[in-house]
Amino acid sequence: MNPQAIIDGLIAGSTIGLGAIGLTLTYSILRFANFTHGDFLAWGAYLSLSLMGLIGGLLAELGVRLAPFSFTLALPLAVVGGIALTVLLALALDKLLFGRLRARGADAIIIVMASFGASMALRSLLEFIYTAQPAYFTTALQIAKPLGLGLRATPDQLLVIGMTFVLVAVLHLIVTHSAMGRAMRAVSENPALAGVYGIDVAQIVRLTWIIGAGMACIAGVMAGLLVQIRPYMGFDLLLPLFAAAILGGIGSIPGAMIGGLIIGLAEAFAVQIVGAEWRAAISFVILVLVLMLRPQGLFGKAGG
Amino acid sequence: MDQAPPSLLLDARRLAKAFGGMTVVNEMSLQMGRGEILGIIGPNGAGKTTLFNLLAGAIPLDRGQIVLDGQDLSGKGPEARIGAGLARTFQIPRPFARMTVLENVMTAAQGQSGEGLFSALLAPARSAAQERANAARARDLLDFVSLSHLEDQPAAVLSGGQRKLLELARAMMAEPRLILLDEPAAGVNPALLDLIIDRISTVNAQGVAVLLIEHNMEMIARLCPRVIVMAAGKPLAEGRPEDVSRRADVIEVYLEGMPG
Amino acid sequence: MELLAYCAFFLTIAMTYAIICLGLNVQWGQTGLFNVGIAGFVGLGGYISAILTTPEAAERIGGFGLPIAAGWAGAMLGGAVLSLAVGLLTLRMRSDYLAITTFGIAVALQLVFQNAETLTGGAFGMAFVPRPFAGFQGNAFAFNLANLAVTCAVVLALYLLLEHLLRSPWGRTLRAVREDEVAAQALGKNPASLRLQAFALGGAIMALAGAVQAHFIGFIAPGNFLPMMTFQVWAMLIVGGSGNNRGAILGAVLVWAIWALSGALIAEVFPADQQARAASLQIVVIGVMLCLILLWRPQGILPEIRSVSRHLGRRHKDQ
Ligand SMILES: Nc1ncnc2c1ncn2[C@@H]1O[C@H](COP(=O)(O)OP(=O)(O)OP(=O)(O)O)[C@@H](O)[C@H]1O
Ligand SMILES: [Mg+2]
Repeated sequence: MNPQAIIDGLIAGSTIGLGAIGLTLTYSILRFANFTHGDFLAWGAYLSLSLMGLIGGLLAELGVRLAPFSFTLALPLAVVGGIALTVLLALALDKLLFGRLRARGADAIIIVMASFGASMALRSLLEFIYTAQPAYFTTALQIAKPLGLGLRATPDQLLVIGMTFVLVAVLHLIVTHSAMGRAMRAVSENPALAGVYGIDVAQIVRLTWIIGAGMACIAGVMAGLLVQIRPYMGFDLLLPLFAAAILGGIGSIPGAMIGGLIIGLAEAFAVQIVGAEWRAAISFVILVLVLMLRPQGLFGKAGG
Repeated sequence: MDQAPPSLLLDARRLAKAFGGMTVVNEMSLQMGRGEILGIIGPNGAGKTTLFNLLAGAIPLDRGQIVLDGQDLSGKGPEARIGAGLARTFQIPRPFARMTVLENVMTAAQGQSGEGLFSALLAPARSAAQERANAARARDLLDFVSLSHLEDQPAAVLSGGQRKLLELARAMMAEPRLILLDEPAAGVNPALLDLIIDRISTVNAQGVAVLLIEHNMEMIARLCPRVIVMAAGKPLAEGRPEDVSRRADVIEVYLEGMPG
Repeated sequence: MELLAYCAFFLTIAMTYAIICLGLNVQWGQTGLFNVGIAGFVGLGGYISAILTTPEAAERIGGFGLPIAAGWAGAMLGGAVLSLAVGLLTLRMRSDYLAITTFGIAVALQLVFQNAETLTGGAFGMAFVPRPFAGFQGNAFAFNLANLAVTCAVVLALYLLLEHLLRSPWGRTLRAVREDEVAAQALGKNPASLRLQAFALGGAIMALAGAVQAHFIGFIAPGNFLPMMTFQVWAMLIVGGSGNNRGAILGAVLVWAIWALSGALIAEVFPADQQARAASLQIVVIGVMLCLILLWRPQGILPEIRSVSRHLGRRHKDQ
């Protein structure tokens, strides 16, 4: 078995974990499985790509490579804008579609269906705007440096893994140690009661989208940076995202991250045995196993 | 209590249920004879409805045993109990609102062929014949509770008292040996009250045992030779209604709940 | 004549979608189960039937050369078994888990269609799937018309069967469970078992649709069973009216017509190199339409009719 699978797994797992955070939050606070979440990743990547082109065109002096990484300063700047735009997209979708259905008291499953329809539309819109051709943040080639133990990684890859851990740790601390985080938990336990206790439920809903879409955008950019950007990238990640969120236990941020890493690593090792063409089936197998053996997930409450 | 007498219908022993640390039914035992009519009274929150939910299997027991006619029902789900002869109504009626009144009653028929996919597909003639017989019986029951003029209306149009009557008809449709009635007179117009009392005693006269939760003492006095006063999840007193209602401890638990 | 042949072809395809919609209507319209893996169930049926009925082929297992009817039956059985497995796994949990799992089933089956070459022929699929009325193939019009008749007959038979079920005690019990699960349980109904039955019936019908389609086209490949299909079928049922079997059929024809016409329009308007790109607009339009209907007219064109059990007769008819 090739030990390099560890690095591959951690990288894929970082993207999946960050993406699954938004999914697990929307599931526990807004109470529906959001099929558009994968498309937030793709939109985040494309929006950042467009902004990067714009910034690079306006400010040529930013076009210097940030050694040892493969990209220029335009990318981090663009990502900030990309996050804002992705959040805006999620909030708009909530205002136009999900929020209206909620206000009407529609069944959760109707909202799931609407998210499924919106997901198809969003993805195809990307395909129309950017075509199905893959796009790249950078064409610079990077050399993987040996890390010892027979492992190798490029600076970009290490940056992605490191940033993921920092982001998740910060987010986890905020959610567990702030009034805002307590309010989020209260809403996820019982939205009606939380409203009675003077929690601004609408604001918590907004916050959920902000965190979820923000993380999705970062995950999308990471995947785009290390692999490529395609309109279907988010859709292809959807099953791993769901599997990670359920494996980690719905509502748990560290759970989603750990679930993501487990799925990433499992994929990386399993493809060495069964072949890369079966990669997408791995998360399905894990999903089924979790549903059979521990449906509440690793960090979920029993009976939940 | 050592040897079950042959006429024993329901034998519930040491039933217990707590919700998140709050004990609601506390080691309560209850025996009923065949064809008996037994009243349960008690202040609000005494655990009467919870006792019904335990007997009917709507919520699982923490501890205890329920035997109906020699058959142990303790671990069985709600859908198994009505087949064993135990039917119930709800304190807040739960009609199938968008189904007609007649369909509501017919749904309660037990052993209706055609309720499984295979029998519906493979033996339509048999299930049709049975449906006709059941429809006739359901109509008789609707006559019995004076709802026949509404049989084609969706149950959503029924008034509160009519819903109570519909639930009675629905429970009867299952041909139970024991029927649990949770406050059949609550919210019922006094004009309907006589009808409900009369119907319950007719049901009982047909040999169906009745366990009746009621706050209306007139109804209890007219129907039940024996009542159990329940307080804080267990029996406080038991006896004839007129005796029990004079006891000081019973009066006290009722007064405790009162403001002032 | 060519136009008529095309119309017959168009309608036949629409009717195969109508079959899928009828299956989905059992699951969603009548029972409220959200299946996001329709394409997987349809594909499964198509492949099972193709494997059972194609002539023996050197490069793969299968090719049993059985009659088409055996293929159809095998497909339905396969669809039912898969649905039962999925249902047993997820139906005791929150409804979204069924959605997520069926979504996963479709992804996993798509991989099997693509990669299990010795069974499915891989990316190139399977040719020589026997076609009914192959003798007429020389005459496109007669061939298409005969197939249209067969497919319509299947739709009609299913429609009558499902309407029968809706009015049977089974249909009534299903409605009772949907209205108030607690009350239905107190009356001795088993909601879990009923849902499982409905899910399996719907899955069997979807798989049958896959078989009918494969035999009509005479060819089967993984590309026919993309998530697109799931999405189209949902749009069809929601537009037509979920809960209503006629709505399901109407929606299938209508959305398929919109699809075909908009495809033709794109072929006219856009230059050849831009057509693939423009085709994605079709999906955007259908996706937006689905959302708008959920927002503004969730009952669809033909709303659900409250069906009352048959055999009730009239009251005191002969008294
Ligand atoms: N599912 C439940 N979860 C938590 N607490 C419950 C539940 N069901 C009942 N309780 C509590 O148990 C206690 C007894 O309730 P129950 O409905 O059995 O009373 P009751 O005797 O029927 O009263 P009433 O005469 O008002 O109908 C109440 O304090 C109630 O809040
Ligand atoms: Mg009560």
